[in-house]
Amino acid sequence: MAEQHQGCARVSGSVEGAAPQSQPDQAIAPEKEKIMTARVGQKAPDFTAPAYYKGGFTSVKLSDFAGKWVFVCFYPGDFTFV
Amino acid sequence: MSAVADKYAELQKLGVEVISVSVDSHFVHKMWNDHELVKMVEGGVPFHMASDQAGNVGRAYGVWDETQGIEMRGRFIIDPDGVIQAMEVLTPPVGRRIAESIRQIQAYQLVRESGGKEATPAGWEPGQPTLKPGPNLVGKVWEVWNPKMEK
Repeated sequence: MAEQHQGCARVSGSVEGAAPQSQPDQAIAPEKEKIMTARVGQKAPDFTAPAYYKGGFTSVKLSDFAGKWVFVCFYPGDFTFV
Repeated sequence: MSAVADKYAELQKLGVEVISVSVDSHFVHKMWNDHELVKMVEGGVPFHMASDQAGNVGRAYGVWDETQGIEMRGRFIIDPDGVIQAMEVLTPPVGRRIAESIRQIQAYQLVRESGGKEATPAGWEPGQPTLKPGPNLVGKVWEVWNPKMEK
């Protein structure tokens, strides 16, 4: 596991292949933003996100687990009750 | 999340990797793991706890709730080809039943190993008979399966 340098920037997960969020001076509008929506029977949207893993801070990428079954669980928040 | 962490060994035995995702920072994940989850699961959370503070990943998976700025309880079973085979999304107040996710993973693994020749009937549990769709099964499902077989 590569330990990552921790800066003060607010980092978030991002979807692979998605357009960067802020491009204010873009002269030409992108053709049509690809909207990725998860559907059964379709490829899972690939993503990279900062992560806490076994005592350290690292980054996790879904496609790094290609060839394995992956169980991805979203939840509303840490320290919530359910 | 502790419920998933508790079943991690079982998931690993099935060759399943786990990633949890919420809008909390990875720093908060550490605090939650070190101060609470470690008291519920020995050794703490053994898988990657991913941070998605801007909700980018949640939006792509259709679990982002823009009014609350959180992600719903969505769980996705992704096969070795990266294809989503199953999903379930719950609103926050009701927790998941991990045993059902594990049952579905076992069923999808069986189907995959059979090269698509076998299917699992409603309520199937490992060890129970599967269905082999083909001309001989048309109109004959009743001979091998009935609703009372579901536990």
